[in-house]
Formats: sequence, C-alpha cells, structure tokens
Amino acid sequence: MISLLHEILNTIRQNKMRTFLTGFAVAWGIFMLIVLLGSGNGLKNGFTSNFGDRLMNVVNIWGGRTNIPYAGFQSGRRIYIADRDVKFTADEFDRDINFVIGNVSLGSKNISNGAEYLTSSMTGVSPERIIVDGAKIAQGNGRFINDLDIREKRKVIVISERAKDILFKNQPAIGKLVNVAGIMYTVVGVYYIENRQDATSSYIPLSTAKIVYNRGINLSNFTFTLNENIYDKETNDEFMSGYRKRFAQVHQVSPDDENAMWYWNRFEDYLQMANASKYINIAVWIIGIFTLLSGIVGVSNIMLITVRERTREFGIRKSIGASPWSILKLVIVESVFITTIFGYIGLVCGVGITEFASQFFQPSSAGSDSFNAFLNPTVDINIAVQATLLLIIAGTVAGFFPALKAVKIKTIEALNNK
Amino acid sequence: MSAIIRLKNINKTYYNGAPLHVLKGIDMEINKGEFVSIMGASGSGKSTLLNILGILDNYDTGEYCLNDVLIKNLSETRAAYFRNKLIGFIFQSFNLISFKNAMENVALPLYYQKMGRKTRNKLALEYLDKLGLKEWAHHMPNELSGGQKQRVAIARALISKPQIILADEPTGALDSKTSAEVLEVLKKVNKTGMTMIIVTHESGVANQTNKIIRLKDGVIEKIEDNSEHKFSNFSVENIK
Repeated sequence: MISLLHEILNTIRQNKMRTFLTGFAVAWGIFMLIVLLGSGNGLKNGFTSNFGDRLMNVVNIWGGRTNIPYAGFQSGRRIYIADRDVKFTADEFDRDINFVIGNVSLGSKNISNGAEYLTSSMTGVSPERIIVDGAKIAQGNGRFINDLDIREKRKVIVISERAKDILFKNQPAIGKLVNVAGIMYTVVGVYYIENRQDATSSYIPLSTAKIVYNRGINLSNFTFTLNENIYDKETNDEFMSGYRKRFAQVHQVSPDDENAMWYWNRFEDYLQMANASKYINIAVWIIGIFTLLSGIVGVSNIMLITVRERTREFGIRKSIGASPWSILKLVIVESVFITTIFGYIGLVCGVGITEFASQFFQPSSAGSDSFNAFLNPTVDINIAVQATLLLIIAGTVAGFFPALKAVKIKTIEALNNK
Repeated sequence: MSAIIRLKNINKTYYNGAPLHVLKGIDMEINKGEFVSIMGASGSGKSTLLNILGILDNYDTGEYCLNDVLIKNLSETRAAYFRNKLIGFIFQSFNLISFKNAMENVALPLYYQKMGRKTRNKLALEYLDKLGLKEWAHHMPNELSGGQKQRVAIARALISKPQIILADEPTGALDSKTSAEVLEVLKKVNKTGMTMIIVTHESGVANQTNKIIRLKDGVIEKIEDNSEHKFSNFSVENIK
C-alpha cells in the first residue's frame, strides 16, 4: 500500500496544477455541502430555540363569536370562557390531557417601586403555569404561585428578572411590595426563561385576579397539555375535532361553527416545524450533493484525460508485468486520494466557516418579541463522517470508469500510443 | 540443449477491415542461451511474431510453449505474470517512464513482484552499476543520452532475471557508434547464458547474432547459422 501511494504521489507531482484544479472542485463541493448543512441546522436550531424550554404539547383555548345561528341564538354571539370549561375539559378529556388551567389576562399594568416603574402584562394563573411557559426560578429567587396563594387569594406577585432589575436594581426583591396600578402586591418570586431575557410578564394567583379585578367566574382563556396519547398529526387532529364538537355542545353553538372556539395548539406548530426542518434537511442534502457531484464529474473528467495521456505508460507497465487489477488500483486509488485529501480540506474549511459564523448568531437578547431565525449554524461529527464516506465513494466512482478504460486498452496498442 | 521457445504452426490474422493473414504457419525452436535475430521487411510479420513471443498479443491457431508452459488463451492477469517472470523487453523507443528516474525505472518490474521499495532500489542500483550507469541512477530519462536510455532499459529487462530477452529494433533510434556499444552490452548479456531474440532490419545488427531467422510474407524464408558472423556489417537487406 505504501508502495502504491508512492507511485501515486510520483504521478501527482507531475501534474501539480491539474491536480490542484481538480481537487479544488471537490474541495468546493464539500465546502458548499457543509456550509449548506450548517445553514440548515442554523435554521432548525433557530426554530427550536424559540420553543425554548416551554412545553411542546400545550393547547390554549379562547372564546370567539358565533358565525352560524344555532339553537335559537343569532349569529355573532360572544362565547365566554368560564370555570365550567376547565371542569368539563378536565373531567371528560382526562384520557388525552395532563392538566387544565384557567387564565385571567389583566392586560398591561404599571408596576412601580417608588420612582422605578415598568409596564408589564399581568396574568392571573395557576401553579402549573410555570411549566407551560417554561419559566424557571433560580435558587434564592423565591417561588412561583402555589396552591396556598390560590386558596387564600393572596396578593402576591411573581415578576421576571428583567422587571426585578428595573424595579429593584441590585436590591433583593423577595418580600418587597410593588404597586400595581394602585394595588400593592408582595413579590414572592423572580423567574427567568432561557433565551428570553426580555420577558417582562408578571403572574398573580388566579383566584386573586378574579376577586381584585372583578371577573366573577369568567376566564380569559384556558390552557391544557396533551399527554403521550397525542403523538402525531392524526391523533392530534382527531383529538381537536372531538374537542371542538364537545365545546360546541357545552356552549350551544353549531358543531360546524369554526369561529366560536379559537385555539392555539403548540403541538401543531411543533409538528409543522419538525416537518419543515425535515424538508430543509432533504433540500440541503440534495443541493449539496449536486454541488459535490459537479466536483466529482470534474475529477472523473480529469482522470479520463489523465488515462488518455498515460496510455503509453500503462502499456509499459503492462509489458513489464503490471496486472489489469494493479492498473485499475493505480487509477482508482489516485482518484480516491485526490478526492479525499481535497475533500477533507473543503470539509475543514466548511466546518471552520460554520463555527466562525455561529459566533455571530448568539441567542437574541433585545427587543420584546425577538425571534431567533438562525442559531448555531454548525454540523455535528456524524455529518462530517457521512461526508467523508461520501467522498471516498465519490472518489471511487470518479476513478472507476477512467480506470476501466485504462485497463481495456490492449498492451500493444498502448505501447504504440504516441 | 533444450528448446526454451517452441512454436508449432502459429497463425495470426488481423481483422481490421479486410482480414490480413500476418503469420502463416510459423514453426521454430529456440534453445536456451541462443542469440537469435529475426529479420524481415516491414509487413513480413516480424513485429507480430515478437509480440506473440512476448505474450503481448495472442495467436489464432497453433501452439507456443515458453519454458515448457503452453502459452495460449491466457487471462490478462496470467499473461502479465508470465511477462513479469519470464520475459524482459527492450524497445526501439526505450519505453522508460518519463517521470521516474533511472533507478526507479529499473526497479519497476520488482514493484510488480511486490518487492519492498528499499530492496528493489538497491537491486536496481546494482544492475545500473553493471551497465556503467551508477552515477546516472538519479537522473530522469530526459537527462540521459539515447545509449544511456537503452542501457537503463536493458537493466530493467534484466532485473527480474527473465528466461528470455526480447529486443525490438534495440538500436533503431541510436547512431552507429552507440548502436555498437549497445550491441556489445547485449552480447555480454547473452554470454551469461541469457536467451536473446532481436528483431531488426539492419543486417549489421543481425550479423552480430548467432542465428538469423528470415521472415517473408508471414512465413519463415530460411534460418541461417551465423556463428561465424560472415555477413556484411554494412549491407541493408530487403531493399529491392
């Protein structure tokens, strides 16, 4: 094998320029493949980061206005969400859902501590809300709303780290009072959400919200999480249509009235995203492979010319005892050698570029509703291994037909070739 | 003396367009250690005969035994093996590989015997030394004169210790002085007991050999014993 490599290096040294140009096409091909795959991953990672640590299986339900007259009611009737919705959902759909919680949105409120203030959207919530939003509370930063808060209708509030920074600067916030549009709340927790340093929403107990803001039994919306019985588009669609039917019954609206119940199903978003990233992946591979293919065709082409030029040399080699197999090997290994070496260079450059680029796409930290379209555009080691394998195969294929041609020329004809 | 080459009724026809019957029943035997020349005008079939002897080409009918092995319908791999083991070639145009130096060219047959690089290069240096080319071992072919190139080619033919040496117009591309030198080398090689067959159309070259086989239109016209080297060194045969 070492002897063979020596033979090949010997010939490559003869044609440095040609070898370089050929290799460049391959290096470029693999470079583009890596950059494209990296970009695809960047898009995918961007999507994924926007979901963050929030649950993927969350469904939010709001009331709408009816579009179809039904059961003696005219169309345009407003549907109110109330405690009974939470109850029927929890009772009748417990097969497919984990828990149901009601929410009361209180809109934007001014929260102040002395001279410091900010505007924050405030929501009355249940303890489970922390899971739904993927919020976390660091050690020493208090706690989230708990059952006791709900039961005793305490006037407590959980604020975000950003809000705490504005209201309390470096001072501890836990146990302090804040003024929410004239009503005092005790801060019991400071939360954060990963990749969402800009979050400012505040949470108070659901029961407190109902009483203080005079909401009675009405809720703004409610949220439930799907369990493992809902795992793909089919099960999700089936569940949602069943749920919509029951909702229509409860609220006495036409089962065909799509406007009576608004919902947002994060699981559907997730499925769409998973689908989209699958297609991005496929598209990237296809484009990348075609780019690489043009490099391979280049190698094959050059090898054909090389074989043509070296016909006489092969004749000489055959006359002194080179077997067809050894000639085949000589050409194929040369091709694999060129593709692998230059492909590897392209691979390293591609990985270098993607790693370099990933420095520029850090998770977004500014703007209230910022969105990471692109994050960490790199490829993992599996891709690199796959690409390397692809290169070796490609090199073999590129060398094979020229090699076959070299073998098929008869020795005397090869010797007489000028 | 045992015959190292035995040809029985060898026929060869080329089918490029109109069929061309090149060899029309060649019978001959060449013994071990003989120094033979094959002479004939162009088209007489002498190159074809040499190609068949060198297992570079196949024949249609008849029998060719080399070293008591029947050479017929061999696979390319088998043919390559025999060429490597049994035959050393010397060509008119030297056929050295241009991007290898003299030593590497000489060592190449041993590469195909799977010999290690160091061993074969050492052996190649020895053979170059024998032919007085030691100082030129690391020169590329284009840095050598015609005579030197042919001596490198002779070293290459000898290095695998073949049974026969086949030389196709070995002096065809050389001037008369260099030709004489090269012929001297070939003679010396033959003296060591190596069977040598030279194809030539120069009677001066043929006269140096001990046996002359004259081909005409694909048949052997006559076989002359030339152990006394009585032919003229200057006449050119077959120009009529």
